[in-house]
Amino acid sequence: MKLTGAEILCESLTRLGVKEIFGYPGGAILPVYDALGKSKLHHILVRHEQGATHMADGYARASGGVGVAMATSGPGATNMVTGIATAMLDSSPVVCITGQVSSKVLGSDAFQEIDITGITMPITKHNVVVSRAEDIARTIREAFIIASSGRPGPVLVDITKDAQQASAEFDWEASAPQLPPKRQRSNHDQAEFVRAVELLNSAKRPLILAGHGIMVSGAMHAFEQFVRAGNYPVAMTLLGIGCFPASDPLNLGMMGMHGEAWVNNAIQEADLLIAVGMRFDDRVTGDLRTYAKSARKIHIEIDRAEINKNVKVDAALVGDAREVLEKLTPHIVTRDHGAWIRHIAGLKGDSAVRDIQSLPDTGHLYAAHVINDLWKETHGEAIVVTDVGQHQMWEAQYYHHNRPRTLITSGGLGTMGFALPAAIGVKFAKPDAEVWVVVGDGGFQMTMSELATIVQEKINIKIAIINNGFLGMVRQWQEFFYDKRYVATPLVAPDFAALANAFGIRGERITKRAEVVPVIRSARESTETVLIDFRVEQEDSVYPMVAAGASLSDMIRRPDSPLVETATEP
Amino acid sequence: MQTLVAYVENKPGVLNRVSSLARRLAINIDSLTVGPTENEAIARMTIVAHTDEKGAHRLEASLEKLVDVRLAENVSGRALLERDLALIKVSADQQNRPHLMELIKVFRARVVDVAPESLIIEVSGAVEKIDGLLEVLRPFGVLEMARSGRISMTRGGDLLRPPVSAPSSELASAGSNLK
Repeated sequence: MKLTGAEILCESLTRLGVKEIFGYPGGAILPVYDALGKSKLHHILVRHEQGATHMADGYARASGGVGVAMATSGPGATNMVTGIATAMLDSSPVVCITGQVSSKVLGSDAFQEIDITGITMPITKHNVVVSRAEDIARTIREAFIIASSGRPGPVLVDITKDAQQASAEFDWEASAPQLPPKRQRSNHDQAEFVRAVELLNSAKRPLILAGHGIMVSGAMHAFEQFVRAGNYPVAMTLLGIGCFPASDPLNLGMMGMHGEAWVNNAIQEADLLIAVGMRFDDRVTGDLRTYAKSARKIHIEIDRAEINKNVKVDAALVGDAREVLEKLTPHIVTRDHGAWIRHIAGLKGDSAVRDIQSLPDTGHLYAAHVINDLWKETHGEAIVVTDVGQHQMWEAQYYHHNRPRTLITSGGLGTMGFALPAAIGVKFAKPDAEVWVVVGDGGFQMTMSELATIVQEKINIKIAIINNGFLGMVRQWQEFFYDKRYVATPLVAPDFAALANAFGIRGERITKRAEVVPVIRSARESTETVLIDFRVEQEDSVYPMVAAGASLSDMIRRPDSPLVETATEP
Repeated sequence: MQTLVAYVENKPGVLNRVSSLARRLAINIDSLTVGPTENEAIARMTIVAHTDEKGAHRLEASLEKLVDVRLAENVSGRALLERDLALIKVSADQQNRPHLMELIKVFRARVVDVAPESLIIEVSGAVEKIDGLLEVLRPFGVLEMARSGRISMTRGGDLLRPPVSAPSSELASAGSNLK
């Protein structure tokens, strides 16, 4: 069957199970759009190509499948860069398809020509230019495999306009992937495995560091078996949240820069850290010289390049988290860690009195109140998509996720503007789920044009803006480390409720704590998108905080307590 | 200094991916050679990098993550045969020419071009040998020099072969959203 390259692309995407494409048309991708119109694929018109990549990323994170974004050449492609990098840093399987000028004029600085494969080389898992129609089907199939296998990541396929227009024989069987063969490393080094088992069975104060890899590998069940077998307390990375129920007594909560104090203290006191699908990011470890000095370390990780990168480990088990955990669990014989778990529980007492929820009502509305109420009202069952900054950390602290893939957030790159478009992608992946955007007034203003996409697609998302009139996290750093010189952090915003109305979306503004629960209830009852502008305390900070580069033991705690330490310059 | 050997796809852009990776990891490359192998689909690289064992591990593991790299291996510390080729144009007049020829003989180098005022000397071997020759030639006046960069091979039965098997069948159905 002869098809044009553009038709081959649409047919291939359909055969790969793609239902939605997030994109923006333009000259160099027009043949594909023409073919899209004749296909069963649903195209979501975004308002900026960065939004398309975040939507595809959100789709991938919520579904576990591959998200697809599309843009034209030149500025369409370069607008995707931030979204691609976001997906790269969080190992999210996204396939980006860009139009490219005709191969006959490649390299001539033609109108809207840009070397997008050159630009995205360091921020994609792989990228490729296709200039022949007959190569499109195979290349797209390869792109899906690369994006979703091993440690996932974004793949960009740049297709020249003449390849889209040319006709070629379409034969799905004949266009099977032809990826270069790889050396098969024996993943399970027996000596490392034996050492890991010895460490597991001799530890007195073991602690699991649970990361995103558990979700990616679909290892939730194997992980729970492992935790139960050894009766191990579990600390979560930001992206690990949801891989193990927050309601489980063994789940301690989030670690790191804004981790709970008892979690960080437990890490510092542990004699064995079992890191699963996490990469010892600097936001997790703080100063490496003082990090978990008394602990031996086991690292279960699919990416060999992560082994001993930041933290030297005693046993490295390279492989898929589920496979490794399933192999390890039967060897666990020691599970009496009661004294250690009781000790960690004791560490919590001090934190509880500092908790904003425990402080008397001063008539002020705190972000933590909003998120705590949101958690209670949604019974912890919503998918929450957060942006980057203070609200992101408060969400991680106060919204207790029990299920995987229910917290969608930009961790590694920390991309402001991620939340709103990512939530649109999430909604397409999980149309029946309750999706909440939790976003700051700064990040929201970066990508709020996607409100129009929500309206055009008639989707139902709830948007909670945590509006403190500042770029809050930067302001917090200025408060702690720059003597409260608030340079460029006070932020003027439009009346978000009125703005929502202008888009045809219901908008609410909340200033008192007593109004929080009623507005959340009313929003949940609505079958349409609702935007709520929560005017929260302007100069609240996220506690505890480990300053950048400081020891995990040196946490800045919430003031008004005699135990609070003074901030130190990072 | 660490030495890595890599088998890569013999196609455009692969060298860029490899060098871009080293740049991203902030690893300075001392020399990088690339050439075809007995299998025309595969090229072989020898990468000599200014880094320590930890950096070499990261480079090796990161290289193998590239789709176009079939195998990468840090061969530092193994029994290695290393070769570098240099062409050195040195000024030579009637007076010092005999002395030059003597040195060239000692270093098992050879003269490949003779002109009234200069010679081109070809020398191959270990890096130290070429550095040594260069040192003794310097007083004569080195006019120009080109070096190939190092190529390395592990000795004897320590074989480093590129994987050539077809991709596993599970890949054919992987990557689909139809799970």
